[in-house]
Amino acid sequence: MTEVYLDNKFVGTIKNPEDFVDRIVSERRMGKLPITVNAAYNKEIDEVKVEIASGRSVRPLIVVKDGKPYITEKHIDQLKKNEITWSDLVKQGVIEYLDCTEEENALVAFKEEDLTTEHTHLEISPLSIVGIATSFVPFGNYNHGVRLSQGAKNQKQAIGFYIANYYTRMDMDVSLLHYPQYPIVKTLMHDTLDYEKHPSGQNIIVAVMSYQGYNMEDAIVINKGSVDRGLARSTYYRPMIAEELRYSGGLIDEISIPDKDVKGFRTEHDYRMLGEDGIIHPEAVIAEGDVIIGKSSPPRFLSSMDEYNLTSSSRRESSLALKHGERGVVDFVVLTENSEGNRLVQVRVRDQRIPEIGDKLTSRHGQKGVISIVIPEENIPFTASGIRPDIIFSPHGIPSRMTMGHLLESLAGKTGALLGRRIDSTMFESENEEDIKKELLEMGFAENGTETMYNGITGERYMARIFIGEMYYLKLKHMVANKVHSRARGPIQLLTRQPTEGRANEGGLRLGEMEKDTFIAHGTALVLKERFSADNTIVPVCEQCGMLGIYDARRDRSFCAVCGEDAEISTVEMSYAFKLMLDEIKSLAVYPKLKLEGKY
Amino acid sequence: MSDIFKGYKDLIPESILEEVKINLPDKCSDAKVKKILEKVYQEYRQSFAEPGESVGLVGAESIGEPGTQMTLNTFHFAGVSELNVTTGLPRIIEIFDGRKTIGTGMMEVYLKKPYSEGKDIKKLAESIKESKMEDFIQEISINITNLQMTISLNKSKLEIANLKEDKIAKILEKGIKKGFKFKTKDGIIEITPTSKDEPLNEIYKLKEKIKDVYISGIKGITQVLPVKRGNEYVIVTAGSNIKDMLKHDFVDPERIISNDLYEMEKIFGVEAVRQVIINEVLKVLDTQGINIDIRHIMLVADTMTMSGTLMGINRYGIVKEKPSVLARASFETPVKHIINAALTGEVDYLNSVIENVMINQLVPVGTGLPGLVTKTK
Repeated sequence: MTEVYLDNKFVGTIKNPEDFVDRIVSERRMGKLPITVNAAYNKEIDEVKVEIASGRSVRPLIVVKDGKPYITEKHIDQLKKNEITWSDLVKQGVIEYLDCTEEENALVAFKEEDLTTEHTHLEISPLSIVGIATSFVPFGNYNHGVRLSQGAKNQKQAIGFYIANYYTRMDMDVSLLHYPQYPIVKTLMHDTLDYEKHPSGQNIIVAVMSYQGYNMEDAIVINKGSVDRGLARSTYYRPMIAEELRYSGGLIDEISIPDKDVKGFRTEHDYRMLGEDGIIHPEAVIAEGDVIIGKSSPPRFLSSMDEYNLTSSSRRESSLALKHGERGVVDFVVLTENSEGNRLVQVRVRDQRIPEIGDKLTSRHGQKGVISIVIPEENIPFTASGIRPDIIFSPHGIPSRMTMGHLLESLAGKTGALLGRRIDSTMFESENEEDIKKELLEMGFAENGTETMYNGITGERYMARIFIGEMYYLKLKHMVANKVHSRARGPIQLLTRQPTEGRANEGGLRLGEMEKDTFIAHGTALVLKERFSADNTIVPVCEQCGMLGIYDARRDRSFCAVCGEDAEISTVEMSYAFKLMLDEIKSLAVYPKLKLEGKY
Repeated sequence: MSDIFKGYKDLIPESILEEVKINLPDKCSDAKVKKILEKVYQEYRQSFAEPGESVGLVGAESIGEPGTQMTLNTFHFAGVSELNVTTGLPRIIEIFDGRKTIGTGMMEVYLKKPYSEGKDIKKLAESIKESKMEDFIQEISINITNLQMTISLNKSKLEIANLKEDKIAKILEKGIKKGFKFKTKDGIIEITPTSKDEPLNEIYKLKEKIKDVYISGIKGITQVLPVKRGNEYVIVTAGSNIKDMLKHDFVDPERIISNDLYEMEKIFGVEAVRQVIINEVLKVLDTQGINIDIRHIMLVADTMTMSGTLMGINRYGIVKEKPSVLARASFETPVKHIINAALTGEVDYLNSVIENVMINQLVPVGTGLPGLVTKTK
């Protein structure tokens, strides 16, 4: 007797497990059972498992019997004429869904040619062994597996035409590509998913060669002429939001140009862009520090106000301004109210992003790189026919990564571009490499894709023939403009007087403990001292008690709180962090006595 | 020519002079020899660490940087009796920390003349190994009616250990508290309790206890491996016990060595420990294929042993010995050091590096070290 489990719960025993499973399967194919019922007999442990639970992942396969798929030419004809649909095929039992349990007993053929009498199912397309993102990789079956998934990952970060109603939306941190194109070298999935309606790259000319060492280690050399003509240009959108919040006591924020007596008032200049309502005009060109939405808030502590500020309102300035390093153009202004009925202002700022050094580009094969130099068009190498590449890609990126698909795309793209047709490069079902080469040869090009090229600066012919072709390149959302950071002077923390941390706070770049060690190891004591003097302070120290004294600016003299006015006070320079530590030691009820000694 | 060499006796170490002597060409004029030696002397002087060079920090960086590449591999011996030894980073940490209990204690026992040539090497090795009663037991049975426990012994094992059943019975009698009688037959020991109350319970307790009774060999030595090194035999042991090992007269007491730093210190003194630290660290680095200049390791070993006793590089060891309060406080448990310093009224003279970095003064290292002294008329 064989035990039967329904959703892993024991329900009973049967005599003939194989017949039982066969019956479930055939009744499902006939439509008597729901299509999501799966059953399997495990011979080794002599158990039948029937699965009906929701949440299992299932996948469709073509049913095969005696080495022949159930799907026929007739079905395909009907499908083409739109007479039947997918669900009809499922209803007819031509296609069925298997879950992981039933899949154990299935032998699935990858291609129709592979079918034998042993097989029980056939893949609908070999493409279905990879996911949606991965099937966008052209000639993916020629690539190393790792590069395939990297290529898929890169595509998710590409800037494109992500949605058609972008102009009404307030999406955070998005970019739109100017002049997006549909790839010449496409796959089945591009057609299936209407890639033409939301493309995210451009077809460009790529030469594989070195350029004065500027494309070492995945760096990309880009043609300034192409950049000027709009290659990989994008617009970066960023919404800013200000609300009129309500506070206790009936107080409310006010969106307007703040009065001059507001606490923390900026300069008139900073508010110059604002209209009468305190909101910026569309199409205003703004840079860092400019106020976008003027706002003032009620004072923070109401009770204390009565005692000290009897006259002035002392509202706080809380305007929304562009942060350090930001710039752009006001694109869109929305006035509305939030769920509590308070006034809400949203301003969308746009910024044109022309490709520059440090922007990230990639092909669809995990071959990402960063622009290292923008070369004037006249200095870019050219072919005999006068073609200048948009991008120069380093040949060292190929051998170790084994992305043959990258090379094939270049070759196929060249052929497609010259013939004016799209090339199908769906994984396992792509157009034949040899045919593509033949077409190229017929047009008078070398079938290996190489061409004679000339040095753009000297005009000399290169000894080697250069592999040049057309590829679909993507601009990734990582742009330097959002990442650059440097600082000479800037804000410091209140407590430690050391520089703030992080790009958002215009912070310093920390010279850490290990970096400190390198200075000591080099014996450069003076450099070390200078580097660490960001928080240096001069403090008065009492020679008598060794405690910190107090400087009285009004009388321009220092005194000791312990020893009195006449104590001998010396000024000492030390790091503020050390002064802070002395204070903290005092808070431990420990007396840190400084004994001063002449420097020389 | 030897006069010229004599002139450099105090300037160049003897070993280098010797090397020069060997490598000199056959025909070499005195003037040329002098020139060579002068060059050698210059090179030798140049290889000195300069005054103010922070050798400790450079050493720490030189060991620390390749240390990040070290894997946690344990090293495997080829052969039947495999020993699993702590090596790699864990072992290095163990050595530098100066741990009292180490992962795998190991000894290399060199032997005296007839044995070092391989005489009875297997038997010797086996006799060193600590054996407990359970190693000899073939079967234990308890007869409930007679209130008697019968142990049948493994004869072949007895033979290797050169023991008889009555000898074992005697050892057992010593090892177990009173209350049992022992009888021996051919390869069988019978034990009956003498106490009256709950004898059966006692017997069951004894069954577990008896397995742990120490019979022969050296305590702590769990495995032995005779190895041929050059043309003599050496016994490598897992587990370290130099003191008991030296009681055996076949052991060469001048060459026995253990990887247990504390044991080495106890028996051979702190100088020996210094050498063991160097050897052990080099051994690990060699197996990992890492090349660190021996002087860095020697400096660490010197630091660990300079006080006369072994000290680890941690807050209980060398850091505790630092004269500066601030330097100690900057390394783990700062509050403890500050409070204790306050209790004893300690003074920090700011003589070392870290204190001065804290205050942002010139560190007394490298360019921060020299000062200018002028004489006033």
